[in-house]
This record gives sequence, structure tokens and C-alpha cells, in this order.
Amino acid sequence: MIELLQLLIYGIVLGSIITLGAIGVSLVFGILRFANFAHGDLMTVGAYFALVVANLQLSMWVAFPVAFLGTIGAALVIDRVLFRPLRRTAPVILLISSFGVALILRSLVQLIWGSANQVYEAGIQLPYVIMGLRIKPDQITIVLGAVVLVTALHLFLQKTKMGKAMRAMADNVDLARVTGIDTERVVVWTWVIAAGLAAAAGIFLGMDTRLHPVMGWKLLLPVFAAAILGGIGKPYGAIAGGLVIGIAQEFSTLFLSPAYKPAVAFGLMVLMLIVRPKGLMGGRG
Amino acid sequence: MEITGLLSYAIFFATLAGIYAVLALGLNVQWGHTGLFNIGVAAFFAIGAYASAIFTTAPSDMHMGGFGMPFLIGIVAAMVCSGVIALLVGLITLNLRSDYLAIATIGIAEIIRLFLKNEGWLTNGVRGIPGIPKPLSGVIEGADELLFLGVVLLAMLVVYLALERGYRSPWGRVLRAVRENEDATRAAGKNILSFRLQGFVLGSMIMGLGGALYAHFTTFISPEAFDPMFATFLVWVMLIAGGSGNNRGAILGAFVIWAVWSGTEILTGMLPEMMVTQAGALRVLLIGVLLQVILLLRPQGILPEKAPEIRDRADADADMEKARGAGRGPST
Repeated sequence: MIELLQLLIYGIVLGSIITLGAIGVSLVFGILRFANFAHGDLMTVGAYFALVVANLQLSMWVAFPVAFLGTIGAALVIDRVLFRPLRRTAPVILLISSFGVALILRSLVQLIWGSANQVYEAGIQLPYVIMGLRIKPDQITIVLGAVVLVTALHLFLQKTKMGKAMRAMADNVDLARVTGIDTERVVVWTWVIAAGLAAAAGIFLGMDTRLHPVMGWKLLLPVFAAAILGGIGKPYGAIAGGLVIGIAQEFSTLFLSPAYKPAVAFGLMVLMLIVRPKGLMGGRG
Repeated sequence: MEITGLLSYAIFFATLAGIYAVLALGLNVQWGHTGLFNIGVAAFFAIGAYASAIFTTAPSDMHMGGFGMPFLIGIVAAMVCSGVIALLVGLITLNLRSDYLAIATIGIAEIIRLFLKNEGWLTNGVRGIPGIPKPLSGVIEGADELLFLGVVLLAMLVVYLALERGYRSPWGRVLRAVRENEDATRAAGKNILSFRLQGFVLGSMIMGLGGALYAHFTTFISPEAFDPMFATFLVWVMLIAGGSGNNRGAILGAFVIWAVWSGTEILTGMLPEMMVTQAGALRVLLIGVLLQVILLLRPQGILPEKAPEIRDRADADADMEKARGAGRGPST
């Protein structure tokens, strides 16, 4: 029983990270209509921006905003230089382009920071032990951080004018344009949110494990699986999808070699595609 | 460099470019002709390589088989294995929109890679399979590599001719129709899923063939050789650079991009000592930027697709009459 609860905790931590990535994938898909294969590597970029600050012996409170701004800047530059000119063509061309962007980002990270494993803080964190369950302080930060970010996103989407414009555009681009919504501004805000959440996911992933140039790419499959599970294009579904995938991956270690964790995410995704292609929350089919 | 060294490098270069051309032709059936977005090229490449290796190596305790079969049986096994896996994947995912297929194929590629790495009983895990026989070796003294280049180019030519034939046939026309307008094709009474499956399975079988050729060329394979990103990405860049939809473009793209890729190796070889470990990343970066430039400036590729003209029945009949009148067969 303790073992199951312990895995549940690990699953929620992993699920929080996946959720932050999946919301971004889902938003970009909803507004720009393409599966962004560079999203995992955007997470990596965020994690390494934070590493720069951490290496200066500054606190993570400084690292977060720096990584946010850096990652958002990177995403906006990529959108302006590559994605915007391609937006007039078929969405699938954007997908190919994003695949190339993923490789460009990853090799840049490797060129600048090298390909060795790195950590934010050297040394081992002692876990709290509560009723036999072990929780590291970082893991509490990750889950709380995810809750705060998701709540903020919820308020943004529901209360602000831009949030409403985004939801309108995700529902129907033409209708949104007819009602006078500035679609290019919505696109900019979409990248701001998606890249910001990606940076957070990357930093949390780096805190939970370690930094490596392929860390984000390796998480891309679970992130996509979570987005599809929740109904792609539906940011709220991504939350549910992320938690389901995270917990399922951890529980699978009870009867499968941990090497096959990504396969579990994939299996769930395929099952979902067969049984309910529109996802838990009824996204785009 | 001496002349023999140069020659053997040219043979090495052409053999690998030819193998990549086979892969690009396979992807061309899927993406170029049918519009199916497969980012799992590396998976079918790997399946083909391992299948052929297991069938043709001498018996071994380290992995399944080897069954010591001849080269041609290995090729057939590679194509059948890739085709069967493609059929299973396709049945699940081909009814979905292209983004889902893309994500699903990346999942397949990842699982295949994990499987090859972790299931030692079948593949000898990370230690790989050595001693894969090279066909025609020893037939002419000292010309093994040249003969194998012939085998690769022959395979490429056969695939090319078969695909050209298919492309011009009514079958190829339906594939293009599926790509261009699914609803209209369905309205014309075609079974969309069936044609997509045919395109996907055929393309994957050709990739399996490419994998088998690769295994027999290097005579040793391990999961390292099938880095899913790298193999897949390079083949995509080749197809898009050459001109997706155009079989000749796929081959041209493979040779051009392989030349660029090999060229970057010479380029990074000139880097200062301290940057040598980063050379791989720099090469990938250059190819990634190249893809973006092509997509922005010439998305149709070097040789754009040129679909055969569709003539109406009356024209064709008139031609036929004329030809008959002149006492020879219909001219093309």
C-alpha cells in the first residue's frame, strides 16, 4: 500500500510537469492548427536558461523570470522568422518545420552548454518522510508551482479579454476574425503562454532529475499523449491527460521494466485514439 | 589523397547515398504520393536491418537465429517484417488526421528502439549483431565494395522503376487523389483507408529494404545506428530538398543532401581542437537550418512534382485512331 501511494506521489510530480508541457502543445494546436514538435526542445531551452542563473549562485526566484523571458523570446523569434511565413501554406508544412526547429534548438543547447548531465544544485536533497512516504522539497515546489501556473492560466482564459479571444479563435478562426479579433496578436499571446509554461516544465524537469540536451525531446511523447488524451486543442483536458499519463507511467513500473515507461504513454494514447478519438473532453477529432 | 583512396571513398559515398535514396523513395510513396506523415522512418529502417541480419547470419547464442539464409531471403524477410508492422500501425492510425499519424509514428519509432535495446534474446541488446554477410564478396578479388555498390544501385533502380510505373497507373492516381482531396475521392467510391494502407505498407517495405541493404553494407548493426531523430530527419530533408512527389527528386535529394552532410564533416574537421566534440551538433544544426531555408525559399524542391497529364477519353481515342492509321502502336 505504501509502495502504491509512493508511486502515486511520483506520478503526480511527473504528471504536473507533463501537464505544463501538454497545455502548451494543446494551445498551439488549437490556435495555429499544427502539432509543434519543437515543444519538447523549448522546454530544454527553458531549463538551460535557468541553469545560467543558477550557476551565478542566484536564487531560483531570479532564475524563473529569466528563463520565462528567454524562452518566450526564443519562441517569438522562431514564430516570426519561420512559422509566420509558412502559415499561409498547409499546416503540415509547419509540422515539418517544427521538426527541424526541434533539432536546431537541441544542437544549439549542445553547442553552448555541452552534452554532459548537469544539475541546478549539487548535493543530495534529504526527503521529508511522512507516514513512511518520501517526498523531496523540490517535488513539493514542482506540484505547487504547477497548481499556481494552471490557476493563473485559468483566470487568464476566463477573465481577460485576450483569454476570451484565444478561446474564440480556438473554436473557430473565421468567426473570430469576423468579430474583429486581431488574430496575429492572439498568436503572439499563444506563444507567450505556451513558451512560458514550457520553460516552467523544463525547469521542473531539471529539478526533478537532471539537465541534458535531449531531456525535453524525451518528454515530448508523453506530452503529446497527454494532449491527445485530454482532447487536443482543449487546454483543460491537457491537465487531466497529464496527470493520467504521469501516474500511469509510474504505476507501470510495478509490472514492466522502467525502460518501457514512454511506451506506456504511447499505449494509452493509442487506446484513446481507438476508443475515443476526440479525447476525454471532446476536442478536435 | 591517392587515387585509390579517392576511389574507395567515392564507392563508400555512393553506396550510402544509394541506400538513403531507397529510404527517400519509400518516404516518397507515403508522403509525396499519398500524403501520409511518417516520422518513424528510422523504425522501419531498423526493422529491415535486424530482420535481414537475423535471417542471414550464422547461428549464434547471442541473439535469435541466425538462420544462415542467403541474402535474397534476408531482403524478403526485411520487407515482410516491415510491411507487417506497418500494416498493424496503419490499421490503428491511418483513419486519423495527419498530426495524429505523425505523433503515432514517433511513438512506434521510440518503442522499436527501446525494444531493440532491451530485448537481448532477440537482438543481443546494445552489443548488436556482428558478422552479417556481404553478398557477392570474394566473387571478384578486391572488388567487394564495388560489387555491393552495384547491388545497391540495382535495388534503387528496381524500386524507382516500380514506383514510376505505379505513379502513372490508375492506382497512383487514386493515391494522389487521396492526398489532394479525401472527401472527393470517397465520393468517387474509393475506399480511403484501403489506399492509405497500401501506400503506407508499400513505403515501409521499401524502407525495410533500405535497412537490409544497410545491414549488409556495414556487416554490423546495433541500436546506436538507428538514432530515430537522425535517420528520420535526414531522409525527410532529402525528400523535401529533392522534391516530394517526384521519384527522381527523391533520388537526387538523397545524393545532394548526403553530399552536403558529408561535406559538413570535412568542414567541421577543420575546426579547432577544442570544438571537435561539438562537431556532431554543429552538423545537425547546419542541416536543420538548410531545411528551413528550403521550406521558405523553394518548398517544392529541386525537381518539383509533375503529375502525368490526365487526358480525356475522346483525345485518347483520337490519338489511337491516328496511330492506327499510321500503322504503328500508340505513341506516348
